[in-house]
Amino acid sequence: MKKAIMGRKLGMTQVFDEDGRVIPVTVIEAEPNVVVQKKTIETDGYNAIKVGYGDVREKLVNKPHRGQFEKAGLKLRRYLKEFRLDDVTGYEVGSEIKADIFSAGERVDVIGTSKGKGYQGVIKRWNANRGPETHGSKYHRAVGSMGASSFPSRTFKNKKMPGHMGNVRTTIQNLEVVRVDADRNIILVKGGVPGPKKGLVVIRDSVKA
Amino acid sequence: MDIIRAIENEQLKKDLPSFNVGDTVRVHVKVKEGTRERIQVFEGLVIKRQNGGVRETFTVRRISYGVGVERTFPVHSPRIEKIEVIRKGKVRRAKLYYLRKKVGKAASRVKEIID
Repeated sequence: MKKAIMGRKLGMTQVFDEDGRVIPVTVIEAEPNVVVQKKTIETDGYNAIKVGYGDVREKLVNKPHRGQFEKAGLKLRRYLKEFRLDDVTGYEVGSEIKADIFSAGERVDVIGTSKGKGYQGVIKRWNANRGPETHGSKYHRAVGSMGASSFPSRTFKNKKMPGHMGNVRTTIQNLEVVRVDADRNIILVKGGVPGPKKGLVVIRDSVKA
Repeated sequence: MDIIRAIENEQLKKDLPSFNVGDTVRVHVKVKEGTRERIQVFEGLVIKRQNGGVRETFTVRRISYGVGVERTFPVHSPRIEKIEVIRKGKVRRAKLYYLRKKVGKAASRVKEIID
């Protein structure tokens, strides 16, 4: 990873590009992130920065979380994340990471937590096909076969079955940065991004680029 | 939410002429041919306007060589150089889909508003 920033998904809209084409974009608000700790190969065995983001009331912060900010002598932040960067020179404790580390045209990955869907059947969760509604059919939306019979006499692991869907860490790779506005701390990314509005997302340089 | 609204408002055209369903308009569209850019004019009857804000679009219908042609444009598209209103029409519905089934003279018959 070369660079990364935390932000909040604000929602989607559309913009016109210079050719007049309509581009669907997700608006991500990325107020300055602050470096809380810097890790280097000499001190920790690897390169990383620990970054805080978001306002929070003091009451909501537990002691281990608060201690990290007190040690750095910084204001409390809601989220604390470590980014393993290839190169940490240029980052110091207390320095800010702003939205303008990215520029229009760049490719990024966006990581978020997908919207929770609750307990779902195989049709929604795994795109299984449904059975007929009528003509005497009693097989509607149920799971199909669990596998062969006497051999292997068991259901294989990872058999697609109903269960909890969504609310997992999801990465969308190789999205294009459409626009960056450093004054308003916003980044426009082409296409959708996991999670609800106001959900925390991490934008990093794309591994595919 | 306010930021999204601000981004959308920045893209709205301020010099938009007021036109509505039933009006005959001349749309000047920028067309890119290779490196050259020229203006193409599409004239016809507005048969619908839908959505709002930056997402608003309108559809223009014309009869070209006996064939009905419809083009839908985003109202605020930078590709649209200008929209000229040629004739104000008096219509009693928001979507003039009934014109699609009409042939001959009736296909573009809409009363004019005289004011």
